[in-house]
Amino acid sequence: MSHTFDEISQQLKRRHRKSARLKWVSMGALGLAGLFLVLFFADMLSKGLPAFQQAYINTEIRYSEEASRDGRQAFDEDLIPLISRTEVRVIPLQLRNNPELIGTSEQRWMLANSEVDQYLKGHRNRLSDQEKAEIEERVAAGQVDLRFNKTFFGSGDSKIAENAGILSAVVGTVMTMIVTLLIAFPIGVMTAIYLEEFAPDNRFTQAIEININNLAAIPSILFGLLGLAIFINFFGVPRSSPLAGGMTLALMTLPVIIISTRTALRSVPDSIRHAAFGVGCSRWQVVRDHVLPLAMPGIMTGSIIGLAQAMGETAPLIIVGMVAFIPDVGASFTNAATVMPAQIFTWSGEPEQAFVEKTAGGILVLLTILISLNAFAVVLRKKFERRW
Amino acid sequence: MNSHVPVMNQQNLPDVGQPYTRNEKACHDLSIRVRDLNLWYGKTQALKGLNIDLFQKNVTALIGPSGCGKSTFLRCLNRMNDLIPSVHTEGLVEMDGQDVNASKMDEVALRRRVGMVFQKPNPFPKSIYENIAYAPRMHDLVSRKADQDELVEKALRDAGLWNEVKDKLQEPGTSLSGGQQQRLCIARAIAVQPDVILMDEPTSALDPISTATIEDLMDKLKEQFTIVTVTHNMQQAARVADYTAFFHLGEIIEYNDTKVMFSTPAQKKTEDYISGRYG
Amino acid sequence: MQTNQLLLLFCTVLLLLGLAAYFIGRAKASRVRASGAAMYAQPDQYAWFAVLSTAGPAVLVGAVGSLLLLLLGAEIPPLYLFAASLVVAAAGLAVGVAQVKPQFHARQAIERVIRWILAGAALISIFTTFGILFSIISEALRFFQMHSFWEFITGTTWNPGASFLASAGRGDGSGAEFGSVPLFAGTFMITAIAMLVAVPVGLLSAIYMSEYAPARVRTVAKPVLEVLAGIPTVVYGFFAAITVAPIIVNIAGFFGLDASYNNAVAPGVVMGIMIIPFISSLSDDVINSVPDSMRQGSLALGMTKGETIRDVVIPAALPGIISASLLGMSRALGETMIVVMAAGMRPNLTANPLEDMTTVTVRIVAALTGDQEFESAETLSAFALGLVLFAVTLTLNLVSVLMIRRFREKYRVNNL
Repeated sequence: MSHTFDEISQQLKRRHRKSARLKWVSMGALGLAGLFLVLFFADMLSKGLPAFQQAYINTEIRYSEEASRDGRQAFDEDLIPLISRTEVRVIPLQLRNNPELIGTSEQRWMLANSEVDQYLKGHRNRLSDQEKAEIEERVAAGQVDLRFNKTFFGSGDSKIAENAGILSAVVGTVMTMIVTLLIAFPIGVMTAIYLEEFAPDNRFTQAIEININNLAAIPSILFGLLGLAIFINFFGVPRSSPLAGGMTLALMTLPVIIISTRTALRSVPDSIRHAAFGVGCSRWQVVRDHVLPLAMPGIMTGSIIGLAQAMGETAPLIIVGMVAFIPDVGASFTNAATVMPAQIFTWSGEPEQAFVEKTAGGILVLLTILISLNAFAVVLRKKFERRW
Repeated sequence: MNSHVPVMNQQNLPDVGQPYTRNEKACHDLSIRVRDLNLWYGKTQALKGLNIDLFQKNVTALIGPSGCGKSTFLRCLNRMNDLIPSVHTEGLVEMDGQDVNASKMDEVALRRRVGMVFQKPNPFPKSIYENIAYAPRMHDLVSRKADQDELVEKALRDAGLWNEVKDKLQEPGTSLSGGQQQRLCIARAIAVQPDVILMDEPTSALDPISTATIEDLMDKLKEQFTIVTVTHNMQQAARVADYTAFFHLGEIIEYNDTKVMFSTPAQKKTEDYISGRYG
Repeated sequence: MQTNQLLLLFCTVLLLLGLAAYFIGRAKASRVRASGAAMYAQPDQYAWFAVLSTAGPAVLVGAVGSLLLLLLGAEIPPLYLFAASLVVAAAGLAVGVAQVKPQFHARQAIERVIRWILAGAALISIFTTFGILFSIISEALRFFQMHSFWEFITGTTWNPGASFLASAGRGDGSGAEFGSVPLFAGTFMITAIAMLVAVPVGLLSAIYMSEYAPARVRTVAKPVLEVLAGIPTVVYGFFAAITVAPIIVNIAGFFGLDASYNNAVAPGVVMGIMIIPFISSLSDDVINSVPDSMRQGSLALGMTKGETIRDVVIPAALPGIISASLLGMSRALGETMIVVMAAGMRPNLTANPLEDMTTVTVRIVAALTGDQEFESAETLSAFALGLVLFAVTLTLNLVSVLMIRRFREKYRVNNL
């Protein structure tokens, strides 16, 4: 009645092939996901890295009488369409403040126009053939070159591509995150402590738990609607301000911090609590002196991850108006500000070719910060990880 | 007496080339022949030079204290140990003239011929009917729906479960009681029509009544199958097994006809164990 | 005086009073103890109690007062409120210091207060949900007073264009139409494309990681996939618009099809990539918690590994996998930046994913970023859309939670 091994093996051949197919297909799926990631980073790097360099022109600036009225007079005529308008515009102002300069001249690297910049990087541009020839000549003479882009890291937004920088957005992000952390961290940790260490297991507690899990899955844009309707329209928090944005993001980050803090508290073994109760500590003393210190690395890790999440969030901030055009680097919690993702969004909407590169450059800066934060969190967890 | 009895251990190893004869019964057909079987978990040796012959259409019980290697040995017979990456096996396990551990042996084919029932009942998350019909269908044992129905009914009847479940074949297998689940697992194993059924403490998770049912079942099933069972319970071994092997620290101390082993154990250790001095 | 200056002053004074309470309370408790009386608590604890009794009621009065001020209009001048809170603070200080007596259980009192503070913090998450509900519903109701609910749900034309004229007092806004069907059609189209990418890739990756991959691959692959989830959506949006959309257009062109640069495929595919880790990570956990006895049972019957996974492991893990997919779907429905940047603005009721189409979230952003009056129907329509979005995602989340709970109970797994 039973079959021999050979008979069975014969029938199994087909089934083994099918089985192997599942293995390869599933491996392929994981590979595909990895490939997406590689392609994505390659694409962002190839688009964004050029943004860290900028075309500069080395030329003589003649501070003449005419130049104090019309900045263009300070340059060779054929250079004027190539030099950034911002540089030209500054000269009369500069001469008005320092009249003693009039009559002198200076050899200096000047910021080039974004069209020159794009031409040197081999991108689409609107230069005429004659202008291209002019540039080539100067490149050969070493007077036009790509150099490190100080403007990008050192200044705020601008409608002129070569003058636009990420700094005001970075400052805005830092301030928004300060607000977020100041609100979300204490409230999140306190909520988690209450739920893990104090709360009785009743319907109220369960309601809070379900509610927190649900909050974690609500689309972020709805938090923006809350921020707009409650914080801005009702409480009168200034629109576009880091305060409004930070408060909105804080509510969004809250569930992340609560959930990770609870996990961290739960991983502290009960024996520690029992020992502390045994020497006469009250519940709060047990938590403050024994449980919290042990759970702190986990709490920090969770909070950093939550913060990184908030830092990349855009949709709710658009709703509360944080897509403002911020040319100056200011530092006030109640004035209009922008944040990095919002700056990326604004730039991505600019039609000029040079802004594509700015956008990708901004993305690289943002990704670098986020990946460092996450890596830091991972290191923190690894370093303090404890197995009970 | 010793010369007639297959007592097997390192020191007292008879000529392994010959099948063993027993006093009262005629020579049994050999099902599985094991020679010099060694097994390591990483660097720890768990089985040390085992030699044993398992006979067809008999119940062989493996007894011994916890951690003595009896379950590990059982899993060598259908190569379930392959699933543990750190395990390394040496030696001969021969079935139907072929070395089970040979590289050309397909462990899937082996497991079709050597079925297994586990300590805890593990029905699939499927209906009772599908629990049984699934494997035969995949093995092309049945093609038509009618054949399949017939096979399911036969397996359930053989496992003594048919009357209890015939009206609820479409209910999930997990809805049954523990003893019924275990009989479902036995039915599932016999539906594939294996030669050998391995049972790894099949009753240890069950109540006494379910245990008795399963013991009766084993008695019936040995008419069709070779059964090798691991048990913690010496009374159970005495009740159901034709042969019994006593394991200790990865070695077979004694292997003999059950009645002989329980009445006049040849080894001191065996006697100590079955009289309850340790274990 | 400016409100924020007043707030600053209030905080400063309160801080000073708190410090005073701490030191006075502590000094008094030490004195009492030095005199030989057996006290129920440590001097520090009495001091902290004094601080709490000073600051707590004062902050409460200040907060409730400001809230009333905002709700009922400026009927109480801020200065009075300021003064009242400080009086309460002073009274609290007096009570707190007076309570420094040997018979007083300062520690238990502090414990109770801390408990209430913690419970109060826990309430904030509830308030957030209610805040979202309240803000969306109240504005949505105003919208439905202007336009019929029925028309909103069943109308096939979304054309808010003329509504701002009405709010500006010119014209009656009769040209505006708010039929949300095309928006939801676009949303579901893009979500469907995303799920078509994310579910197979995510699930198969999870199968590979939990069933096949050696431990080394696993430890690398898991965090790498998590990186996909950590990339900000605005970055994905840029990627979809600048890189993926032209590729899709080229591919479509290769087959002789005409694709829009704002086609639904590009945001759909990129959104799918974003969701892969949500599905793979949860599925991986679920597949890992399917008891090993299931696999062994199947293998012992002579099943191949592939058959075991397909016919035993996956069916057992199905509730968890469905739960993960629903969660991913709710994520896709509410995703904003990818569609804002890569999908179209034109409400378009079509089944062709190569055409441009818009989504609910795109219209919410569009309605709230224009130079619209807040009272205009277009602005308010954002809240009506938000309400529907909230309802749909909430349902998906709840179903997902229920399914995972059923899985957990079935296999008694606690780490999900």
